[in-house]
Amino acid sequence: MTGTRTRPEPIDFGAAHVVMRRGSLSARLHLRTLVVCLALTVAVAVAAIVALCLGDLPLSPAEVVAGLFGADDGLSGTVVREWRLPRTTAAVLFGLALGVSGAVLQTLTANPLASPDVVGISSGSYTGGLIVIVLLGGGFAATATGALIGGLATAAAVYLLAYRRGVQGFRLIIVGIGVGAMLAALSTYLLLRARVEVAMTATAWGAGSLTPVGWPQLVPAAVVIVAALFPLVVLSRPLQQLELGDDASHALGVTVERSRLALLVCAVALTAVVTAAAGPIAFVSLAAPQIARRLTGGAGISLAAAGLLGALLLTVSDTVAQHALPVPFPVGVITVVIGGCYLVWLLVREARRTP
Amino acid sequence: MTTARLRAEAISAGYDHTTILDALSLDVLDGSFTVIVGPNACGKSTLLRALTRLLPATGGHVLLDGRAISTYRPKEIARELGLLPQTSVAPDGITVADLVARGRYPHQGVLRRWSPEDEAATAAAIAATEITDLSARRVDALSGGQRQRVWVAMALAQQASILLLDEPTTFLDIAHQIDLMELFTDLHRTGTTIVAVLHDLNQASRYATHLVAMKDGRIVAQGEPGAVVTADLVDEVFGLSCVVYPDPVTGTPTVAPIGRAKERAASIGRTQSTSAAADGTARVPGATES
Repeated sequence: MTGTRTRPEPIDFGAAHVVMRRGSLSARLHLRTLVVCLALTVAVAVAAIVALCLGDLPLSPAEVVAGLFGADDGLSGTVVREWRLPRTTAAVLFGLALGVSGAVLQTLTANPLASPDVVGISSGSYTGGLIVIVLLGGGFAATATGALIGGLATAAAVYLLAYRRGVQGFRLIIVGIGVGAMLAALSTYLLLRARVEVAMTATAWGAGSLTPVGWPQLVPAAVVIVAALFPLVVLSRPLQQLELGDDASHALGVTVERSRLALLVCAVALTAVVTAAAGPIAFVSLAAPQIARRLTGGAGISLAAAGLLGALLLTVSDTVAQHALPVPFPVGVITVVIGGCYLVWLLVREARRTP
Repeated sequence: MTTARLRAEAISAGYDHTTILDALSLDVLDGSFTVIVGPNACGKSTLLRALTRLLPATGGHVLLDGRAISTYRPKEIARELGLLPQTSVAPDGITVADLVARGRYPHQGVLRRWSPEDEAATAAAIAATEITDLSARRVDALSGGQRQRVWVAMALAQQASILLLDEPTTFLDIAHQIDLMELFTDLHRTGTTIVAVLHDLNQASRYATHLVAMKDGRIVAQGEPGAVVTADLVDEVFGLSCVVYPDPVTGTPTVAPIGRAKERAASIGRTQSTSAAADGTARVPGATES
């Protein structure tokens, strides 16, 4: 640098950013979002280790770490790797999936109410799984498949019913709530018709629990989750542009309808696969994106922060559900209790904001 | 000499089953400040949308550099054609500079998200629209006029050589309207081709180099504003009887609607026997005082 080149005045973005450039690669990252994501990653790791420590055989963090890396072939290694790790991994991964799924839907519809559990996708998965349990007798793989199909079919139905020259956020939510209510009625009917033992199995699954999740259930779910998260790395850019409105994003070169459809499919797949494996777990996809948005303080919702926050919420909720109460509860019960309060607060706030 | 990179060739377009434009042709002359005027629902916004492929033409072709616009990749078009839509949404809590930077989207990719060119173009757009002082502010805290400047800056950051504006001044007061029109004129002087849909005929005549008057999905007249804006044309296009007089500042045509002023003046005239303002002849304002 000879100093003859004048550097342009830096642009004041109103918040610190980190610019990284190497060759043709370049990125500009909101500093606070970056810090929040790093902190959340640490928090998730700590929560996961705590979860692995607790149980009938209490372990120290050192034993857990030793068990994780295979340094311990004794009982504690088996407990960590075979008994507790699948469940904790599921909590982290499913929470991540739910958080990202909610963030995508809320950004697409520009509405904090639009989470997969509100727009009927979770209900659809639940009904799909229920149909398999009640009519075909169940089995984990069959139930999961039913739930996945139910979730995707519901999403497609909601999308088509709300479609009028493109899909608008608010219409999607109203239609979704309606479809969800119908599906809830159908589920109740199915439960009433079923034999008592079957109804009990269905209810246990329907409460949302990570208890039945072992490696054989986790691996296929994880594959679907990773497959749905990967395209979002590319789709997060059009998603950000879509916040500007259809016309503006179109004018900036976004293929509006195609991007929106791809984003919806990814978001729905993420929620449906979690519901398939663990039953409907409410609240995480609704709350995680909004909490993440407040923590990062930037414009819009960071998918990474929302995912990490979802992972943290579900891991902590599951630990509470298992160990903090006199009787272990399904995690779905805990999240429903917290989520119910949050949803009421959100509805009241939204109702006051829009006259 | 007057070439047109952007041309509509006998395009038809509409919504659902209603045809709004029927076999319309228009050349957007390079380096022009083209303003499209016409009554509500005459198809002027539809034309603008068709030109940017926001609304696909059902017949005919929109050509950019001789190639049908439908054969371009969306980002390719976005690098050549900028659009300021009627309605845009600023995401909650976004700052001015952040929003302007989003105009760089068609120049970016998955791995190339903030190049030195992106930074330079964003800075230049902020400077050109004179919003440097606002750059760190939140967009939702700005006034309507300031916010519109930010959207213009975003379209400028796109670095398109042709800029289309859909009623850019509609919700602004007159001072901010003029402010914005002067900004567009500055952009036009620096080489950007501008196509704007405007409601205000007087502003259209004042700022346009090429005026297009539309009615019922057709172009009724086009050309230099002085030649196009006549009392007859306003009557034909808007169904409004008026007097056209030269703008005392620029000399461009200005429209004074007659409305029922004449009848009212006549009825006053019966009692007062003077009706100075009601003879309907063209006159220069300033001479009408007293």
